[in-house]
Amino acid sequence: MNWLSRFFTSSIGRKLIMSLTGLFLILFLVVHLVGNLQLLNEDDGFSFNTYAYFMTHNGLVKTISFGLYFFIVLHAIQGIVVTIHNRKSRKKNYRQLNFREADFASRNMAVLGLLILAFLFMHMGDFWLKMKMGQLDMVKYDGVNYPVNDLYTRVNTAFSVWWIVVLYVIGQIALFFHLKHGFYSAFQTLGWNHPKYTPIIKGIGLVFSVVVPLGFALIPLYIYFVR
Amino acid sequence: MSTIAKDNTAEAEQNIKLDSKIPEGPLEEKWENYKGSMNLVAPNNKRHLEVIVVGTGLAGSSAAASLAELGYKVKAYTFHDSPRRAHSIAAQGGINAAKNYQNDGDSVYRLFYDTIKGGDYRSREANTYRLAEVSANIIDQCVAQGVPFAREYGGLLANRSFGGVQVSRTFYARGQTGQQLLIGAYSALSRQVSSGQVELFTRHEVLDIVIIDGKARGIIVRNLITGEIERHSAHAVVLATGGYGNVFYLSTNAMGCNVTAAWRAVQRGAYMANPCYTQIHPTCIPVSGSYQSKLTLMSESLRNDGRVWVPKKKEDVEAIRSKQKSPNDIPEEDRDYYLERRYPAFGNLVPRDVASRAAKQACDRGYGVNATGLAVFLDFNAAIERYGKAAAHQHGIHNPDASTIRKYGVEVIEQKYGNLFEMYEKITGDDPYRTPMMIYPAVHYTMGGLWVDYNLQTNVDGLFALGECNFSDHGANRLGASALMQGLADGYFVIPYTIGQFLSQEIQTPPIPNDTPEFLKAEKEVNERIDRLMDINGEVSVDTFHRELGHIMWEYCGMARNREGLLKGRAMIRELRDRYWKEVYIPGDRNEFNPELEKALRVADFMEMGELMILDALDREESAGGHFREEYQTEDGEALRRDEEYAYVSAWEWDEEEPELHKEKLVFENVELKVRSYK
Amino acid sequence: MKLTLKIWRQKDREETGGFETYQVEASEEMSFLEMLDVLNQELIEQKKEPVAFDHDCREGICGTCGMMINGQPHGPLKATTTCQLHMRHFNDGETILIEPFRANSFPVVKDLVVDRSAFDRIIQAGGYISVDTGQAPDGNVIPIEKDQASSAFDAAACIGCGACVAACPNASAVLFTGAKVSHLTQLPQGDVESKRRVQRMVAQMNKEGFGNCSNISACEAECPKEISVANIARMNREYISSSFSTDKVMD
Repeated sequence: MNWLSRFFTSSIGRKLIMSLTGLFLILFLVVHLVGNLQLLNEDDGFSFNTYAYFMTHNGLVKTISFGLYFFIVLHAIQGIVVTIHNRKSRKKNYRQLNFREADFASRNMAVLGLLILAFLFMHMGDFWLKMKMGQLDMVKYDGVNYPVNDLYTRVNTAFSVWWIVVLYVIGQIALFFHLKHGFYSAFQTLGWNHPKYTPIIKGIGLVFSVVVPLGFALIPLYIYFVR
Repeated sequence: MSTIAKDNTAEAEQNIKLDSKIPEGPLEEKWENYKGSMNLVAPNNKRHLEVIVVGTGLAGSSAAASLAELGYKVKAYTFHDSPRRAHSIAAQGGINAAKNYQNDGDSVYRLFYDTIKGGDYRSREANTYRLAEVSANIIDQCVAQGVPFAREYGGLLANRSFGGVQVSRTFYARGQTGQQLLIGAYSALSRQVSSGQVELFTRHEVLDIVIIDGKARGIIVRNLITGEIERHSAHAVVLATGGYGNVFYLSTNAMGCNVTAAWRAVQRGAYMANPCYTQIHPTCIPVSGSYQSKLTLMSESLRNDGRVWVPKKKEDVEAIRSKQKSPNDIPEEDRDYYLERRYPAFGNLVPRDVASRAAKQACDRGYGVNATGLAVFLDFNAAIERYGKAAAHQHGIHNPDASTIRKYGVEVIEQKYGNLFEMYEKITGDDPYRTPMMIYPAVHYTMGGLWVDYNLQTNVDGLFALGECNFSDHGANRLGASALMQGLADGYFVIPYTIGQFLSQEIQTPPIPNDTPEFLKAEKEVNERIDRLMDINGEVSVDTFHRELGHIMWEYCGMARNREGLLKGRAMIRELRDRYWKEVYIPGDRNEFNPELEKALRVADFMEMGELMILDALDREESAGGHFREEYQTEDGEALRRDEEYAYVSAWEWDEEEPELHKEKLVFENVELKVRSYK
Repeated sequence: MKLTLKIWRQKDREETGGFETYQVEASEEMSFLEMLDVLNQELIEQKKEPVAFDHDCREGICGTCGMMINGQPHGPLKATTTCQLHMRHFNDGETILIEPFRANSFPVVKDLVVDRSAFDRIIQAGGYISVDTGQAPDGNVIPIEKDQASSAFDAAACIGCGACVAACPNASAVLFTGAKVSHLTQLPQGDVESKRRVQRMVAQMNKEGFGNCSNISACEAECPKEISVANIARMNREYISSSFSTDKVMD
């Protein structure tokens, strides 16, 4: 295994981990968004709560979700390790920096990542943890012969508090910037840079980084202002 | 003993001292025969033989790499922070090779002939022929190393034509051929460094050559970071340290180019050959002020499309100088396209020496077009119009207006010379697409160098000189795109063979110790010299002296020389040298990184070299190539060669008071000596 | 034009160093380095230590010069080395901050001079085609598509100045290393040993202590030869595929 561990501890190997885990998380975001948008259905939480039940009880999904937790942790740890190493590569810093390429996102991926991580803790603490600890009410729907957690009501309660909504929106802004650079960056790290296709990847990346966080942000905003 | 007998003995002695060791046989067979009959060193012996290579430009890197590949233990030295910085990197145009890929009648003989003729019949036939012979291998070698030469759509190598020859034999990599070739040689060298076959010393400057029992056995170097003086020994020493153009202070050479290693060799008995032959390149950006540190070359290829002119009327000259008129305001009939006028057959494409001299003459007559009066125009308007019309036609526009023609014309010019135009604008702030370029000749290359025989060995056994550092192949004038060819020919394909002639006699010699009395003495002398310089503690900076030296050289030993001026120049240099050793101030300490001390040591050598250049120019009472003596010109101002008296290589043995001249007679068995005419 | 210069002065590798302020009278036609020459001439006349800076060809090709000028490697002009930058791009009365290129792998030698020998060692690790002198077949034996040769040239145009490392917030050397990998890999002659090459060069690059790439592209933006980050992607591709596709474990 020596060659493998050597590969994954090389600078390109570490970046490959960032890239692949990042791409997996990007995929997860799509699934998560599609599921969450059911919160906007005016059906007293039927579709959302049964969906949540499915996601927490289906064996395959559960297995994948362990993978997801692992990848989130790996992405975060690897990101921190890489960033610390990068900071150490220039111990004596410049008095003045005035670079031509000054893309905010690319220069602040670590800070953005940490923001997102903090957001994630809050987010999971708010919903996932409460559900796992059994602090949620149970609800039974017609046609479903078992009770499910009423996550829907919990979400509505949470998003009726203005500062939680604000924190969620901030979290999504951080996600927007993180994705704006991360999407293209993942492909660049994999070596997918091509005069014809890179502009397309960058275009898709930009659309993705706007649409997905916007979709997520829409939920608390809708609940706060409309419900 | 009669006088005649005495003379004969003197000549015989001379010939022994300057034995060029040219192999017997017809010209075309000399190199083949040589290779077939030369002494070889067996692989097991090569392992024990050490070679020092000084300089890591094209010649040095290629030699160090090739010798290491053969199995010799090589030590390579450069004063730069990396071998890749050597000034070979700045060559723009290309490299010649007799491949005849264009089917236009090129051959080894033609390349040889062009080189001899271009050199104004002052180079050695056998060496030049060998250069032409190995030229084709260079291209193959470089392609195999990954040099990205320009290619045609079919994937095969492209060629362009260059400076005054009638075939298309120049291989190129955009305008950065030197860079790409050097990176090729540098990569070959790096490969040997990584295999341990070459030990590389960067930021080390050679300050003396050590000679033991008549053989070069080592060098004294200064570690430029720590200032430490070190003794390094080997069985042979190869110098590939480039030319001495920086004697003139302002030149197209890099700031660090210097003659020190070669000059130290001369101090130790090596002969300096043909030092008066300096190539002045006609198309450089003119001097803009007294602070100027260097001159920038604009590739010779520009003369393919640019027309050189000055105004016919003095009042126009004044108006342009004072910026009351733009050059575009001068009507056609008031312009003097002096090259086209004087040389109708070659026009703007006359060889470098001719073009340079004509620019000087125009400016001397008071027609220089910038504030300093030392510039002429290089105008692309005619080319823009010509190309523009053709391109418009290709686009199906048969009656184009002026702006359409201009638009298309500029496009074509941009494709051909875009990077050069951009560089010109960066430096001058003028847009050469709008107003003509201003150019003036500048020192570019030195054809002279250490005297070497057919083996590229100097008159000191075991001391070799390659590339611009030696004198051997270009005679009195070098053709464009031939410097790269010679550097790589010497390094890749000549020295690996010829060094064997010497080293095969050394297989019994154990490793050379570096603490012999000769080494200790040389080290002591270097230390004393540095102390002496540091202790002067005067008031004047090294650059001030260097500038003054440059002025003297340019004024009295520049594009045109005469006896009176040369004598005056020599006296001035001697006076300058005296002052230097009394008044120079070097800040800092000798035991640290000290660029001023580096410069001071180099300038001290430049001053002596400058004097030798003047002496050689005085001796050569003829005009040939880069050496133009005003006393020896035809009625219409062309160079007048005197083959009867001066068809020799002058090889100077240094002496503080009166250096001694040795002459190697040049024998031409294969070409007929003709007057070069470009009219 | 009158200028105020704030220049980093550091006696040697060990000393801490700091900024010193100087006044200098320059003219618009001067190059940036000639302006420093003028300053040094004045310092020498006052018997003070001149500012040490690396430079050689002064025509933008040798890669020797390089310093941070107002926070940018090689200064404000795009695609221009320090030696080709002229004073007409500055204003009368301006204050200019000059620092050395900074990275742990580029230790300061003195003032503005840094040690970039790490680059040489990366090339020594594999930045070549293993061909001995005399082994080469005719140059036209292997045709190379014109655009392919041109693309290889674009990568080979690197002058090894170190601006990419200086510009990178991570002090990463992937553009330099990637350019060489990319130059040689794109040529049929160099493709033969491309697997071994990329493995060795990347290993050496890591060993030298450069940072990791995070695809900021500051390197490309500041590169005086405008080398593209596409070369980094090509190196990544080569590295990843060579790590998994070869039978042999490479050292």
